[in-house]
Amino acid sequence: MKQKVRIAAGQGFWGDLLEAPVRQVEGGPIDYLMLDYLAEVTMSIMQKQKARDPNAGYAKDFVPLMRRILPACVERNIKVTANAGGVNVRGCADAVIQVAHELGLAGKVRIGIVTGDDIMSRLDGLLDRGIELRNMDTGEPLATVRDRIQSANAYLGAWPIVDALNQGAQIVITGRATDTGLTLAPMIHEFGWSKDDWNRLAAGTIAGHIIECGAQASGGNCQYEWRSIPNLADVGFPIVEASPDGTFVVTKHERTGGWIIIPGIKEQLVYEMGDPREYITPDCIADFTTIRLEYEGRDRVRVYGIEGRPATEFLKVSISYSAGFKAVGTLVYAWPDAYDKAQAADRILRARLDRLGLKFEQVLTEFVGVNATHGPLAGPPRADIPEVQLRVGVRGQDRAAVERFTKEIAPLILTGPPAVTGFAGGRPKVEEIVAYWPALIPKEEITPVVEVLSA
Amino acid sequence: MKVRLTELAHARSGDKGDTANVGLIALRDEFYPILVREVTAERVKEHFKGICRGDVERFELPNIGALNFLLHKSLGGGGTLSLMTDAQGKTFSTALLRMEIELTEQEAGAADLHG
Repeated sequence: MKQKVRIAAGQGFWGDLLEAPVRQVEGGPIDYLMLDYLAEVTMSIMQKQKARDPNAGYAKDFVPLMRRILPACVERNIKVTANAGGVNVRGCADAVIQVAHELGLAGKVRIGIVTGDDIMSRLDGLLDRGIELRNMDTGEPLATVRDRIQSANAYLGAWPIVDALNQGAQIVITGRATDTGLTLAPMIHEFGWSKDDWNRLAAGTIAGHIIECGAQASGGNCQYEWRSIPNLADVGFPIVEASPDGTFVVTKHERTGGWIIIPGIKEQLVYEMGDPREYITPDCIADFTTIRLEYEGRDRVRVYGIEGRPATEFLKVSISYSAGFKAVGTLVYAWPDAYDKAQAADRILRARLDRLGLKFEQVLTEFVGVNATHGPLAGPPRADIPEVQLRVGVRGQDRAAVERFTKEIAPLILTGPPAVTGFAGGRPKVEEIVAYWPALIPKEEITPVVEVLSA
Repeated sequence: MKVRLTELAHARSGDKGDTANVGLIALRDEFYPILVREVTAERVKEHFKGICRGDVERFELPNIGALNFLLHKSLGGGGTLSLMTDAQGKTFSTALLRMEIELTEQEAGAADLHG
């Protein structure tokens, strides 16, 4: 058994730095590259893409990335865990197999695919059997939005990925797997942890939580002494060095920017946290109040002491549904009296929307430069504020009303308060809202499917 | 004496649906008990008046000198429904750091925060 396994984070979300995973592979020794592509509503975007093109529906960036790094991964036996498969895991795997052939690596790469998370076609059956899939936030039953659902996926944990690795997969592609499972699975596979080894499973889960947002653990978005953070232009993404006993070190490659410091790790630990004693995943419940941190050298933080508890009997389900339309328009007003002018323009715009008889579920006005982030906490702006951006958003079920709104912004330039600019981008775009519906499903309803394909 | 939380803590915030979470972290271990005493759920609710329309919950993490706050009904519906610039609550962190809290003279002296 290996005594150290190095798991490197390469993407914190679909759209993260494209060079980051390449640098993780080339910048020093690693055993695993972990790529998290799926935010909460990403699945619905992929579902739409697949409806238009049956070959689409996965994180497209993953394929050109594999083209760049697959030879090095094969040569140095670096394994990859990625939830890049979205709603078309097999399509994604086929594209990677095609790349492997083009690179002359046919027969040298085994690709594991994990499916079984997609429950879209089973929803009516589940609802008929009294599994209500109530919204975890609002308590509403799913039936209230049944006809507007666009995707429904259960979050799978680490174990199906472990299964694929145990079968010799070098690249494991999943659909809706948890971010933390992508990091925990390599540890279970390498160290042979058991299904009820709750403390170690919790430790691997917390390691996953620390690196799942990429550079947010290595100096990105770090408030602590932010001016002192070295060379963020060349930020090194985080790497977990895991040990069989469940302790691990968070580090990064040498000669990269950013930093690994205890205050920075603390910031990432509390990110998107609920009850710290109950961080629930499909694999375990991790207790964040047991975490201990200490320095083990420059850019090295050791994490230990972690305790966990048995997993729950449920899996979380991520459902997306169509929830109307929205649009946001902006204009910029300049000194003098910039804020007064922006406020006057807002009143004029709202009066015109009223006269047109347009109905919205919500109209929100923000004044960027005055209150868009901290609201009333920011206090009144200084009288000679150089400029203010008026930002008005509307939301509603009637697409035509939202469309009409987008045509009322530009006219304010010639028919409203003076010293206004900032309309080079043209009319705002109407956006369909795909909203997120979190729910729980009994674990026995979901059967993960693992296959290992030869390239 | 009154000091702003920026003198004693740093923070990171994020979202879960329409709930914003703010993790407040003591800059030094000895500041943590001050945060526990002063930055109560009630005070945070009052601080975010007009922004947070639901309850505020507080959780303690003494092991890392941090408090975690959940600010319910704060993100204009949350996720893609929200029209807010900060629909993900990313800047709630520094919004909380605007809060002023009361230190005893002894605490201020120990923290080297006079004047």
